[in-house]
Amino acid sequence: MREDKGLSEIRNIIARHKLWDLIFMIIGVLALMIAVLTFMALFSHMLIEGLPRLSWDFFTSFPSRRPGSAGILSAWVGTTLVMLVTAVAAVPMGIGAGIYLEEYAPKNLITEIIEINVTNLAGVPSIIYGLLALGLFVHQLGFGQSILSAGLALALLILPVVIVATREAIRAIPVVIREGAYALGATKWQTVSDHLLPYSAAGILTGVIIGLARAIGETAPIITIGALTFIAFLPPSPVQPEFPFLSFEWLMAPFTVMPIQMFNWISRPEEAFQVNAAAAGLVLVVMTLTMNALAIYLRYRMRKNIKW
Amino acid sequence: MRSPVIAQPPEEVSGSKRLAYRYRRHLGERFIETLLFLMAFASVAITIAIVAMLVKESFIFFEHVSLWDFLTDTQWTPLFDDAHYGILPLVSGTVVSSAVALLVAIPLGTITAIYLSEFAPFGVREAAKPFLELLGGVPTVVYGYFALLFVTPLLQKILPELPGFSLLSAGLVMGIMIIPYVSSMAEDAMRAVPMNLREGSYAMGATRFQTAIRVVMPAAFSGIAAAYILGISRAVGETMVVAVAAGMQPNLTWNPMEPAATITAYIVQVSLGDLPHGSIGYQTIFAAGLTLLLLTLTFNIIGHFLRKRYREVY
Repeated sequence: MREDKGLSEIRNIIARHKLWDLIFMIIGVLALMIAVLTFMALFSHMLIEGLPRLSWDFFTSFPSRRPGSAGILSAWVGTTLVMLVTAVAAVPMGIGAGIYLEEYAPKNLITEIIEINVTNLAGVPSIIYGLLALGLFVHQLGFGQSILSAGLALALLILPVVIVATREAIRAIPVVIREGAYALGATKWQTVSDHLLPYSAAGILTGVIIGLARAIGETAPIITIGALTFIAFLPPSPVQPEFPFLSFEWLMAPFTVMPIQMFNWISRPEEAFQVNAAAAGLVLVVMTLTMNALAIYLRYRMRKNIKW
Repeated sequence: MRSPVIAQPPEEVSGSKRLAYRYRRHLGERFIETLLFLMAFASVAITIAIVAMLVKESFIFFEHVSLWDFLTDTQWTPLFDDAHYGILPLVSGTVVSSAVALLVAIPLGTITAIYLSEFAPFGVREAAKPFLELLGGVPTVVYGYFALLFVTPLLQKILPELPGFSLLSAGLVMGIMIIPYVSSMAEDAMRAVPMNLREGSYAMGATRFQTAIRVVMPAAFSGIAAAYILGISRAVGETMVVAVAAGMQPNLTWNPMEPAATITAYIVQVSLGDLPHGSIGYQTIFAAGLTLLLLTLTFNIIGHFLRKRYREVY
């Protein structure tokens, strides 16, 4: 009789604790759902507001005072050119730094400082990079409010992303690969360029794509540089009909980019401009999501394929 | 940098030729190593440049405005005729919007992390992780748009007195935006806890929930704390959401229902205008930037020490 009572009490306790498990499961799913639903709301709101506005003309028109005929031509051209500068500046630098820290760096104070510094740079707010670019590139080096200044500012911003991705990709390569190369008489750089870099290429690419996707959406540093919001012309073409066929004048041209164009339209009071903002935002979201999805897919493929 | 010479040394090598060859090879390696070192050191140069630039311009600013006024004046009106340079209104805007964001991001991020790490079936986790990552990839200006034109009207239905710009809606959206950062870092920390700790706990008769709360979370404390710190520094440095949805009027308030400017929003506001290089208005944004950098730096240092202090060694 007494034992039964004790047993049922224990059963009660167990049931109560199992109930807690269940309750937490539900709370967890709800928390996850909040994030999912917010994203759905964001995306569908933009889709409903912006999709009717998307047309061929929207991509081939300059911004205008009349919301109906305004477009994002100068914005997407500007974004493309700025990203070109960013990639050219950040990718070699980031990969080089990553290789150095993983393969060359001796264990000393300078290496430790560089490592702590890379971690800290990743936590610096993006607008601070804009202030640096404003003081250094725009005024001190005299690049002005140009594509070059913006591209370099964003390059500094994504540098830590590329460095970390490179380091992780190289670190994942087993030591035996290096030992094999050294055993055959390869120098350090031959080992790196013939073995480590090709094997880590996919991982590095993933990091570069994520970095560039972030740079495309960055608004604050470019506003700080002083990008103009109303640009009704294109920068000079990089390809010229006459000798020497290539021109770098576009680097110094004033510009606007997608997020700035969108920000400009959001801050107008007229509702018609906010429809334009939704359409521009939709293009922007699709661009960054595609890039991120590509990176996620690449990483997934990599995890499945590589077996050392 | 593949050099065919190295792979196939010349057949008849005299001693001096061989030496010259080895010397060239050595020189090339040294050159590459130096180049790579310079690339790595560039990141330190960037930090030095950031600090130097902010300090230099702020130094000129503090020749006009005393540090005491800067820290205690309750008005921030640098562009008015009657100029006041008190950073407090901008700090209050930053603190309130960040607090709202963290009240959303920390509980939801933690619960999501615990759920994904300890409870979720394999399929759910594999689907949820990339999705959260995508959520973190949406440009912040888009979140700003969402806060201003979707969340604010929605909130106004519940709170009719809410103005068109408010710290509340900016903070809420910012919080949702930060969830992926917090949850993914906290989850990584929890998954790094060795399995035998969980198994030990289960063997003692603990349930999943008890194991998660009393064993896994304390063991992963340093990583979870670092995730929170990262979230805080994100919230403090976030720019576009507050610039779009919280208004740009400096306002010394602790009430999230009011519009106010944050440090970052002020920098945006000034940059949108056309202030001449070298004017006091131009220098204010560097002083504001320095304040922001010091704030985030403080959090980063706290995070660093938390990690060091509580690092569990398995």
